[in-house]
Amino acid sequence: MDVLYFAWVRERIGIPKERVETSAATVSDLVAELSAREDRYAAAFADISALRVALDQELSDFDAPLSGVREVAFFPPMTGG
Amino acid sequence: MRIVVQEDPFDLGAEANAFAEGSAENGAIVTFTGVVRDLAGGDLDVMEIEHYPGMTERALTKIAQEAQARWSLGDVLVIHRHGRLSPGDRIMMVATAAPHRKDAFEAAEYLMDYLKSRAPFWKKEITRSGAEWVAAKDEDEDALTRW
Repeated sequence: MDVLYFAWVRERIGIPKERVETSAATVSDLVAELSAREDRYAAAFADISALRVALDQELSDFDAPLSGVREVAFFPPMTGG
Repeated sequence: MRIVVQEDPFDLGAEANAFAEGSAENGAIVTFTGVVRDLAGGDLDVMEIEHYPGMTERALTKIAQEAQARWSLGDVLVIHRHGRLSPGDRIMMVATAAPHRKDAFEAAEYLMDYLKSRAPFWKKEITRSGAEWVAAKDEDEDALTRW
């Protein structure tokens, strides 16, 4: 699946987008998997209460299943308007 | 309904005029314009607005559709910019047309409340002393509870 990062999550991880091969069942499982990779991921995901997640461009939550999902995006709370 | 996400400036007068043209059934037209505010006390050089192409348009469309379902509206317009903006620049506008003004005002407020915390935009303030992401405010989240 494609994993996208925005705003300070993107800056902390250092890339806007990557292709991830994973068997993670839920968003939380994917976060744990990414955090175990490298410090920059662990730093970005240190406090998931400060993060939001979208699955296939719809806001979702960290308990949501990933089966069939093609695009996951992590970002801080939005500040539009 | 018209949803526009663009980097370029928009012409507020031309957009408001075009939106107001046409239907005589809508007795009320409300427009709201958001402007880049210098919260850094005269220090703000640039406001950078990042967004999530694809999801942004979807989220704005969904918010506008919800407004149309809740109020009796003739039309809805949302324009939101991204990229590098300067203090005083217009970031975004919403316009609502309705037979009655209560619907037009309430729908415009609803659009603004949802746009602030449910449309994937992120603001970064660049000042002489550095760059900082604008944090979401609790009051913006709280504003949604009244709807």
